[in-house]
Amino acid sequence: MSLIAEQLLNGLQLGLMLFLLAAGLTLVFGIMDMINLAHGSLYMIGAYLAAALTGASGSFLLGLAGAVVGTAMVGVALEMTLLRRLYRRSHLAQVLATFAVILIANEIVRMIWGNQPIMLNTPVALSGPAELGAFRYPAYRLVVIGAGLAIALLLGLLVAKTRAGMWVRAGASDREMAEVMGVDTRTLFTLVFALGAALCAVAGALLGPLLAVQVGMGENILILAFVVITIGGIGSIRGALLGSLLVGLVDTAGRAFLPFLFRQLFPATVASEAGPAVASMLIYMLMAAVLYFRPTGLFPARG
Amino acid sequence: MSTPVLRVAGLQQRFGGVLAVDDVSLDLAEGELHALIGPNGAGKTTLIHLLSGALQPSAGTIALDGRDITRLSMHRRVRLGLARSYQITSVFPKFTVLENLSLALRGAGRPDDRERARVELDAIGLGDRGDQLAGALAHGERRQLELGLALATGARILLLDEPMAGMGPDEAERILGLIEALKGRRTILLVEHDMDAVFRLADRISTLVYGRLIASGAPDEIRRHPEVRRAYLGEEGAA
Amino acid sequence: MQGTLYIALRPWPTLAVVAVLALLPLAAAAVDQPFYVVFATRVLIYALIASSLNLLIGYGGMVSFGHAAFVGAGAYTVAMLMPAGIVSAWLLWPAALLAGALLAFLIGAISLRTRGVYFIMITLAFAQMAYYLVLSLRVLGSDDGLTLGARPSLGLLDLNRDATFYYVALAILLAALLAMRALLNAPLGRALQGIRDNETRMEAIGFPTYRLKLLVFVVAGAAAGLGGGLLASLNGLVGPNLLNWTQSGLLMIMVILGGAGRLLGGALGAVVLLCAEEAIAEHTIHWPLGIGVVLLAVVLFAPEGLSGLMRRHRAGT
Repeated sequence: MSLIAEQLLNGLQLGLMLFLLAAGLTLVFGIMDMINLAHGSLYMIGAYLAAALTGASGSFLLGLAGAVVGTAMVGVALEMTLLRRLYRRSHLAQVLATFAVILIANEIVRMIWGNQPIMLNTPVALSGPAELGAFRYPAYRLVVIGAGLAIALLLGLLVAKTRAGMWVRAGASDREMAEVMGVDTRTLFTLVFALGAALCAVAGALLGPLLAVQVGMGENILILAFVVITIGGIGSIRGALLGSLLVGLVDTAGRAFLPFLFRQLFPATVASEAGPAVASMLIYMLMAAVLYFRPTGLFPARG
Repeated sequence: MSTPVLRVAGLQQRFGGVLAVDDVSLDLAEGELHALIGPNGAGKTTLIHLLSGALQPSAGTIALDGRDITRLSMHRRVRLGLARSYQITSVFPKFTVLENLSLALRGAGRPDDRERARVELDAIGLGDRGDQLAGALAHGERRQLELGLALATGARILLLDEPMAGMGPDEAERILGLIEALKGRRTILLVEHDMDAVFRLADRISTLVYGRLIASGAPDEIRRHPEVRRAYLGEEGAA
Repeated sequence: MQGTLYIALRPWPTLAVVAVLALLPLAAAAVDQPFYVVFATRVLIYALIASSLNLLIGYGGMVSFGHAAFVGAGAYTVAMLMPAGIVSAWLLWPAALLAGALLAFLIGAISLRTRGVYFIMITLAFAQMAYYLVLSLRVLGSDDGLTLGARPSLGLLDLNRDATFYYVALAILLAALLAMRALLNAPLGRALQGIRDNETRMEAIGFPTYRLKLLVFVVAGAAAGLGGGLLASLNGLVGPNLLNWTQSGLLMIMVILGGAGRLLGGALGAVVLLCAEEAIAEHTIHWPLGIGVVLLAVVLFAPEGLSGLMRRHRAGT
């Protein structure tokens, strides 16, 4: 029982962190109609900055704050120099240009920090287990879940209830119209991008102690984020949330229980490999299935 | 009327909470030129989408020569002789005009050699533009090509969506002439805003308002129809 | 019917290039750098693979982000058949081609129901599935991949001699390019480009666009599969990295670099990218940085790639 609860919480945690990435990605995609592969690089930069600053200052909070600010600045610089030239280009051009950014970012990080993973430790105060009724769960992971929920709530409120959120939604549906109405779309886009970068940094910093802070960490999670927004529907925050939770839970539960399930159903030789193999393919199968029935995702914001 | 070449029954198209096409029933007789008029946003283009196969209706049926084509894909309908033209010009800019027409010939399963393409070219009055890139044509000539693509499929039933959209008087006259030349030889459903053209060409007129067919009949009837006048001119004009 | 789309064959430049390529192994032997023959063979094979992707992206408008999956299918097919006793290239390479075609049929049938960015994403997803599958299964060597014993046999030709393999690869590439040209000049090729430029109108004038796209997708997958089989035969080993999405990315880079939508775009891009990679890698381990910068420059300033630049230069603009 506690195993199931633990896996559910793990899935929730992964899902919420994925949401932080997916939200920024889907906003950029929905509003600026841009595929941004470099989103994963911002996540990586966030993690590295957090690790470096935490190491230098001894405070995780300081590291987190610094990572957010630093990554947002990198994001803004990137948007203003390169990305805004791509808004009107084809998706292919966007894919290739941002792929180039990944290559460049990876090498720069490699040049500064080398190929080996660097340490980002769980804050000491949270390194123990928390008591949740009958069972125990790492306190840090609980905090990550809490932070994720809080941000999701804030983001939802921001987009749905505030003026800025309205502009974002207006810009999403019709750029020219929004401009005619006096919305400064240029600045708006830069700010949206900065927000996305900040969210990436939070995810990178929070996940740093749990996963390895290493060159290439961005690509793995980037693909997951794309699966999420494809399932959820491009441009939709609600879709991103639903998609992330779905992917987080399916992936975690799949990896935890599928091998076990297979061992019950199939002979050991088949199960020992097929289980993990199918588990790793599960979310892609999920995405293919969703797209088959709903070719534009579950909650597409635009056609 | 003998079996109508196109029979539309109870067609409905729902977008979320909005009924873009609401219980539309319509018959087209062979060789008839039937105009479809109505204010902007009335659902005329949506109806064309439904008839051509670009959209699947929420309810209702479409029959071609008595055969149910409601679920048939767009390209199959073309092979059965039903083609459309677009309100916003949709040609192949990187191909020459002749190549554009060859494509349409080929798509419909007709021989697509240079001679036949020339015939189509001359039929739409672009005789000297054959080797020009479609993207380099003037707006009016592009509209001619737009119409030409639909014609080149050899379709017996043509769904023309505002063929004269955005044209000056001379260009519009040219298109009008082309359509007039087709009268009687092909069955045409013509969506148009230009009332002079409509009354000059149409055998029958249907009026679509907010997705509903509020009137359908001979041009004179429609001209005098109170609801049509109300839709176009407001309450005062209904007298 | 000739027109703007017709791809002409200019006999003299073509013969000149073929002659240069034919002399390459002799030149390499003369300067005592036999390694370059193997390198050049690899370039030729990637030229084949990149050309198949060019067919999809440049001529078909189908931006497939999972092309490496078909390469992997062909490579692993050869890697599994050889230890099973099938050592003749006459059987192995067609098998690789079929494997690529089959996988392309399965992936294409579902993916081509989507368009635009969703198509890009779903092709990526399927390629990832293939990657993880290969990574997990021990029978496919999981992490380590598979090694083949020796090179396949090809009748009287001894493929273990690098120069011989080179000429065989060159012959296959030339045949493939001629076939591609024939396809593009034929009605199917025109229809494909029509679909690329305006898919909706193509359907509206009677073309079964889904079927046509699937057909071309399978052809491209087959060619990529063949390329994979050739790579496996050349290198003597296969690994899951062959299916990594970054490999798909590199293939796309080759296409844009050489010029999408130009017959030799894929081949040209493969030559330039691999040679640049080789040249830069000698000086620094950070050569991907250079590739990234070049790619960025091409996308921003020369989106038609090298073919486009050459054409502009020839036209005098």
